[in-house]
Amino acid sequence: MNTAELLKMLFSTSFTVYALIGGIAVALCAALLGVSLVLKRYSMIGDGLSHVGFGVMAVAMTVGVAPLALSIPTVIIAAIFLLRISERGIGGDAAIALISSSALAIGVIVISLGGGMNVDISDYMFGSSILTLTKGDVIISIVLAAVVIMLYIIMHNRIFAITFDEKFATATGNRSGLYNMIIAVLTAVTIVIGMRMIGALLISSLIIFPPLTAMRVCRSYRSVEICSVIVAAVCVVAGMLVSFILSIPTGAAIVLTNLCVFIIFWAVSFIARRIVRR
Amino acid sequence: MLIEVKNLCMDYDRKPAVEDVSFSVDEGDYVCIVGENGTGKSTLMKGLLGLIEPVSGEINFNGITRKQIGYLPQQTPVQRDFPAAVHEVVMSGRLSSCGLKPFYSRKDRQIAAENMQLLGISDIAKLSYRDLSGGQQQRVLMARALCAGERLLVLDEPMASLDPVVTAQLYSIIKRLNTERGMTILMVSHDIHGAVNQANRVIHMNRRMEFCGSVADYMKTDLCKCMMGEEHKDEHC
Repeated sequence: MNTAELLKMLFSTSFTVYALIGGIAVALCAALLGVSLVLKRYSMIGDGLSHVGFGVMAVAMTVGVAPLALSIPTVIIAAIFLLRISERGIGGDAAIALISSSALAIGVIVISLGGGMNVDISDYMFGSSILTLTKGDVIISIVLAAVVIMLYIIMHNRIFAITFDEKFATATGNRSGLYNMIIAVLTAVTIVIGMRMIGALLISSLIIFPPLTAMRVCRSYRSVEICSVIVAAVCVVAGMLVSFILSIPTGAAIVLTNLCVFIIFWAVSFIARRIVRR
Repeated sequence: MLIEVKNLCMDYDRKPAVEDVSFSVDEGDYVCIVGENGTGKSTLMKGLLGLIEPVSGEINFNGITRKQIGYLPQQTPVQRDFPAAVHEVVMSGRLSSCGLKPFYSRKDRQIAAENMQLLGISDIAKLSYRDLSGGQQQRVLMARALCAGERLLVLDEPMASLDPVVTAQLYSIIKRLNTERGMTILMVSHDIHGAVNQANRVIHMNRRMEFCGSVADYMKTDLCKCMMGEEHKDEHC
């Protein structure tokens, strides 16, 4: 089977189209929120939340509660809590690491008590389920993406202000705490939804990689945002293609595509700087 | 009277940092808050800006609100490598005037452009903040402060980490804002020489307020002599 036939097959089946749309929707949200999180040195919050999300998901599945119904509120609470810890500064990163590994440990113990690893749980950890998304999953992720993107555009100037200089924003009468909270809540929801597709252990890379990649070459905030979104979408599509062609897990393939694009952008900026210096 | 502070007490890290401070600032004043490190200068300023809640006492603004304060904070490590264009940073000063509007209006853009012109950074408006020199970055933050407030400018150690030439330029900009635009200036400063040369009033902090009055009176005090150091004793004090 040549590549053209493969592509034709890939886009002719509904589950791959669903996976593509769902994946892009989640990646766009993660990439947009990531710009602010990375610049504020809050990347670890994303990582911590995904581990908390995994723990909650394991509990929900063992107890037999709907995973999203339990994990979304719990992860939102965790997000607000982690934000508070990070704002304290010193020791915040250590506290987040403790919380995330503890949540993971709870998840693992609950799983083993409940009868051991099954396919579903492995999917949540490493996200091989992207090709088993249902129409319902895709609708949820599209609604999420629409809400996140709309709120992001409306709050764009405010998000920039609190990302660049929270102290100034607060001192001149803006409600920085509220905007921080909104970003944390949106991140929590994005992570929970994205966890099923990409995997709990891999989702934080969708938040961190695209903005970091964009920052290698972009000089203004708006261009970083636009570039980050484009990189995220391209990496999802490319990662899915690669995973399909090589029969490797989709989530991991998307993360490694992000890594490759990051290295390319880094190399370009490195060479460009060398040339400018000469 | 623009600002009135009465019996203000504030804590920093749960320890008393400002005790029983009372003073007032009139429209058009150029006030420097001086004192050694850890004497409550910054805490006092954060109290005025509403960044830290006072333990007791009052801070009253007459005729302006917190949203109309132009503030020049110290730079943070996050900002030094921040991918933002100069005009994006300056525009963000207009945010407090936007209310619930999600986007900036044409008037906001015009005010930002005027302030960039005033500070001589119009030609670097499209450059990235992280590629600028320390002095240029400080002008950008100053333009942003002017976008936020036209009547009161609060500056937190603006000369820290600037070279002498840039420091002199910045002082002259601040002086012009004070004399030409009638802006009230409130500056926390380490640079005692700059303070006595530029300001018309001095507040000397040592947890309590040790002095508050005109520069001429301040220069007669032992506090001033002590701050100036021995080598300048004969010249100034």
